[in-house]
Amino acid sequence: MKNRFLSHYATASSAIAALCLSGSVFAASRNHIDIVGSSTVYPFSTVVAETFSNKTGNRTPKVESTGSGGGMKLFCAGAGINTPDITNASRRIKKSEFNNCQANGVKEIIEVPIGFDGITIANAKTAPQFDLSERDIFLALAKKVPGNKPGELIDNPYKTWKQVNPALPDTRIEVLGPPPTSGTRDAFVELAMEGGCKTFPWIKQIKTDAKAAKKAGDKSRASALKQRYKNICHSIREDGAYVEAGENDNLIVEKLQKNPKALGIFGFSFLDQNSDKVKGATVNGKEISFENIANGHYPLSRPLFFYVKKSHLGKIPGMRGYVAEFTSEDAWGDEGYLTDEGLIPLPRDQRQRIAEAVKKEIPMQAPEE
Amino acid sequence: MKNHQEKIRNSLKKRHARERRFRLYGLLSVSVSILFLLLLLTDIVSKGLPAFTETRIKLDITLDPQQLGLGDHPDRDALFHANYSRLITETLKKMFPDAKTRKQRRDLKQLVSKSAAYDLRDAVLANPSLLGTTQSFWFLAKDDVDQYMKGRIDRTLPESQRRLKDYQLAWIDRLLAENRLEKRFNKTFFTASDSREPEQAGIRGAFVGSVLTLLVTLALSFPIGVLAAIYLEEFAPQNNRWVDLIEVNINNLAAVPSIVFGLLGLAVFIGFFGVPRSAPLAGGLVLTLMTLPTIIITSRAVIKAVPQSIREAALALGASKTQVAFGHVLPLALPGILTGTIIGMAQALGETAPLLLIGMVAFVADVPHGIFDPSTALPVQIFLWADSPERAFVERTSAAIIVLLTFLIAMNGLAVFMRKKYEKKW
Repeated sequence: MKNRFLSHYATASSAIAALCLSGSVFAASRNHIDIVGSSTVYPFSTVVAETFSNKTGNRTPKVESTGSGGGMKLFCAGAGINTPDITNASRRIKKSEFNNCQANGVKEIIEVPIGFDGITIANAKTAPQFDLSERDIFLALAKKVPGNKPGELIDNPYKTWKQVNPALPDTRIEVLGPPPTSGTRDAFVELAMEGGCKTFPWIKQIKTDAKAAKKAGDKSRASALKQRYKNICHSIREDGAYVEAGENDNLIVEKLQKNPKALGIFGFSFLDQNSDKVKGATVNGKEISFENIANGHYPLSRPLFFYVKKSHLGKIPGMRGYVAEFTSEDAWGDEGYLTDEGLIPLPRDQRQRIAEAVKKEIPMQAPEE
Repeated sequence: MKNHQEKIRNSLKKRHARERRFRLYGLLSVSVSILFLLLLLTDIVSKGLPAFTETRIKLDITLDPQQLGLGDHPDRDALFHANYSRLITETLKKMFPDAKTRKQRRDLKQLVSKSAAYDLRDAVLANPSLLGTTQSFWFLAKDDVDQYMKGRIDRTLPESQRRLKDYQLAWIDRLLAENRLEKRFNKTFFTASDSREPEQAGIRGAFVGSVLTLLVTLALSFPIGVLAAIYLEEFAPQNNRWVDLIEVNINNLAAVPSIVFGLLGLAVFIGFFGVPRSAPLAGGLVLTLMTLPTIIITSRAVIKAVPQSIREAALALGASKTQVAFGHVLPLALPGILTGTIIGMAQALGETAPLLLIGMVAFVADVPHGIFDPSTALPVQIFLWADSPERAFVERTSAAIIVLLTFLIAMNGLAVFMRKKYEKKW
């Protein structure tokens, strides 16, 4: 008896193994939408996915949070049905990514800007209010800061906020922020750090020189200058003043509450949800608020996107419906349900224009740089 | 002679002290670990227990076909697409006419969960004769209301620091006074799948995903592992270089970090064989690689423990080597092998890292129907909820941990039970 049982078992499992070997079996069809990409867009994308499914009775799209870069890589891997249909991004598609897409047969991509996200520099509700400028942020967190002579760089000597700017509190610089794999970190570095960095004329000059060199056709000089500019502006100090707190923003909020001397960097939606525990610093005199991000006054905000593979629109059931739901006033409008999740909507006329273009399924042009 | 005795007697005190010290250290380390375990458990249980209740709101809704935008004889499709959320909003507006500003009206909608409109729709679809009547429904309350009912929102704080404003609290007070708010056992948590609305989120999808993944793992790793163990113990030539090499490799595999298996699974199963991303099949295959060494090593140890005399007796009566292995050795070793397998499965159940790479860390709101459907797993669900901004997910995270721990304890308990019950002493 036992022998027979065992042999049946062996047959069954070898059947599974054989099934795995015949890989093409799986690629035949798929009846759910496959979405990858940015962890910042993930909360918005999932809410739309759920609402879309509830409203229409379609299967709920699968949304994977891979980060903007990881999503682009998967999205551009090919046009086959086993590749994702949509990728979310907390920045625009890069030229290199677009070219990669083209090379792999993903010719027509529809770009959909969906709104903005703000990056907050927050501390505990009980701690003093911080009024920062981009320059303060750069000086407090850069690996190397400009010395007394123009063109000179020294290791960041600042220990307290007061040393950076006499108007700031006399507490040790301690900032909890996301690690380099995070899109929030990329955006923070590009907006806040570079914004402060550019306020030094001789550093700004490097970028101007790089552009001039590129125009003049001197590619190697241009890229060397660009690299130097990036090295100065994009390097965060590693002496313990900036603490990489992992991708979990809830953890940062909790740590801020326990340590009122520390500051933390995370997305606006987490500030919105935890407004009883933490408060945001003003940047360049602008308070972080829904309105200030929407009208562009708050400097640390970035646009959010998703990208659609046009060739999949007819093949995967519900894709047009999902895109239509995302671009409906009900979702991304001034009072749409995405604003409840912390999305800052685009201006009304832009929304209309984009929704129109998306409906006509107009593919995007190659991005510049 | 006397000198020696003296010496021993003198050192006795010191040696006894050392003995006592050692015991004390031992006791101390045991109590420290118990303390940590207790801390962990109390933290999880105290955070997670509230998640097992949910708040519901009673609304009396007049299912007016006109307000729903329905004609005289609406078909199923029309009923499906009718505007139920408007009906709920209108009912709330009628109940609370004091909501005047736009902001307040928006907040009014935030009393009940978004699922209310779908619940209403399903009720009408199931029984279209409800149209035109007034019915009482117990809808799910929005997560903020739920958190307030569980005492997570402190109304003594200044208004600006609260998630619920004064007027919202007044509405809740009125609902309470009219007995329209009730805390109940949270069935949703066990019957629903993942959702972005905390009050609608449940673990069913993740649980089914875990079960499917483990079934694939079991179906593959158990026969392969046991057969490999039997071959290596009973049939493989002794002192052969190749056999030794295989042995070393299996032992090494057991120590490989699980994320490496995830990378392998991504490249081989998904990249080369085209297994669908995020499917329990892919997860099961990866976890098979991880549990195989565990099963092989424990199975070999158990098979080795079967006394030689049994094999010799069978052989002497004319049984073939295969008959000895499957008719005598394996049945005797089976309880031990199963114990090892269960422990291997328990390990696989708690594994997240390799699943990250093969796309099982994803938002999947539908319950998977088979091993090819996209799905998540229990530990992944915990990971995803822990990362969500909504406050109400904190308690759900802990509740999911409680469920996962329960299963792990049950599996390990089963292993202990089997060992105790069927273990043979030779």
